[in-house]
Amino acid sequence: MDFLRPNTFAEALALKAEQPDAVPIAGGTDVMVELNFDHRRPPALLDLTRIAELREWSAVDGKLRVGSGVPYARIIEQLGGQLPGLAMASRTVGSPQIRNRGTVGGNLGAASPAGDTHPVLLAGDAVIEAASARGTRMIPAAEFYLGVKRNALEPDELIAAVHLNAAPGPEQFAKVGTRNAMVIAVCSFAIALHPAEKRVGAAVGSAAPTPRHATAAEEFLAGELDWDAPKPLLDSVKRRFGELVAEAASPIDDVRGSAAYRKHALAVLARRTLGWAWQDHLGKETRECA
Amino acid sequence: MRVTVTVNGEQRRADDVWEGESLLFLLRERLGLPGSKNACEQGECGSCTVYLDDVPVCSCLVAAGQVQDREVRTVEGLAEGDRLDPVQEAFVEAGAVQCGFCTPGLVVAAHDLLDRVPRPSDPEIREALAGNLCRCTGYEKILDAVRLAAARR
Repeated sequence: MDFLRPNTFAEALALKAEQPDAVPIAGGTDVMVELNFDHRRPPALLDLTRIAELREWSAVDGKLRVGSGVPYARIIEQLGGQLPGLAMASRTVGSPQIRNRGTVGGNLGAASPAGDTHPVLLAGDAVIEAASARGTRMIPAAEFYLGVKRNALEPDELIAAVHLNAAPGPEQFAKVGTRNAMVIAVCSFAIALHPAEKRVGAAVGSAAPTPRHATAAEEFLAGELDWDAPKPLLDSVKRRFGELVAEAASPIDDVRGSAAYRKHALAVLARRTLGWAWQDHLGKETRECA
Repeated sequence: MRVTVTVNGEQRRADDVWEGESLLFLLRERLGLPGSKNACEQGECGSCTVYLDDVPVCSCLVAAGQVQDREVRTVEGLAEGDRLDPVQEAFVEAGAVQCGFCTPGLVVAAHDLLDRVPRPSDPEIREALAGNLCRCTGYEKILDAVRLAAARR
């Protein structure tokens, strides 16, 4: 096995072009488990932790570019104000030790249907910046997840960064698990309100072969919400939204939960997070009017 | 491959390190530092917690090659000579040790917490130690130990 240690992203891309089967490793929270348990013996590891540029984030005109190597702990600490949904999801990842190492780039690279940040990236219309020695391309999150642990990256590509707009409205994330720490989601849900565009982002995690948008729920809710004169939500709207979110999922029975439970729980999460998000929006409107 | 790393303030070198090996294996089996414990090898239990460049991490999830030229501080590096670190003293006094297997990881995690938050609330202690499992379930005494160490700072 080779251990490749590039110091710059350009070097990493050149190495990945030469050895497309080299497995990128950043926080190691997935890759090392596979190595420790002998589930995987890649011909080479490509260590990305020496590349300073991957660990940086920047904000220009409300548009954020978060390097793929920024650990969850720093997202929580530094980006909670601008990317509240991503920070909420990051807080539910593993434990302090895991959040110190794990990265959004790793979540995307592994593309597990249960990855905690995926629903947030979908709901917030994130775009993934994929790079190779051939150039750079931008992949919308909705086109990134192709199957269980499969993503849209070509063999010579690496994830450079994730692009997101600073939250234009309230965002919420919720996850079901047996405890707060160290759980793989039984199911998860993210909602993002885009008041200026009168649009809703909603996505489910750990409830289908890939994380996915709940498109019918998004469209239903965007039509029901009174964006200009916000008032408390009708229970019937919350309930229907929950039903549509559950319908978007196609979960399986597994050790973490049954398909039926996942659907039920998603409807609950959807109603609950919608309530919180709309309350945020109402509060903001009231403050602005006062 | 060869790995050169600073461990507990001392530069160490290991040869013939397997490229897929973890920092935990490097510490225990090659550098003679068995304080960090090997239990789950998947980041679930926290028994192998060490500082990597001053940040607590599960050493089982760090590839040995990733620590080249970096600084690691293990539980063995907390005491000053024969004097235990106040967190270690508090664990002894509070009876926060039963079988002792989780203790090194908990000591490092608690040490980091008190460095960042000198007077942590109970929820803060619980959150900071959420990645460390004690299968003797001696959590109450562990919380006592962290409170005691905090009170003495």
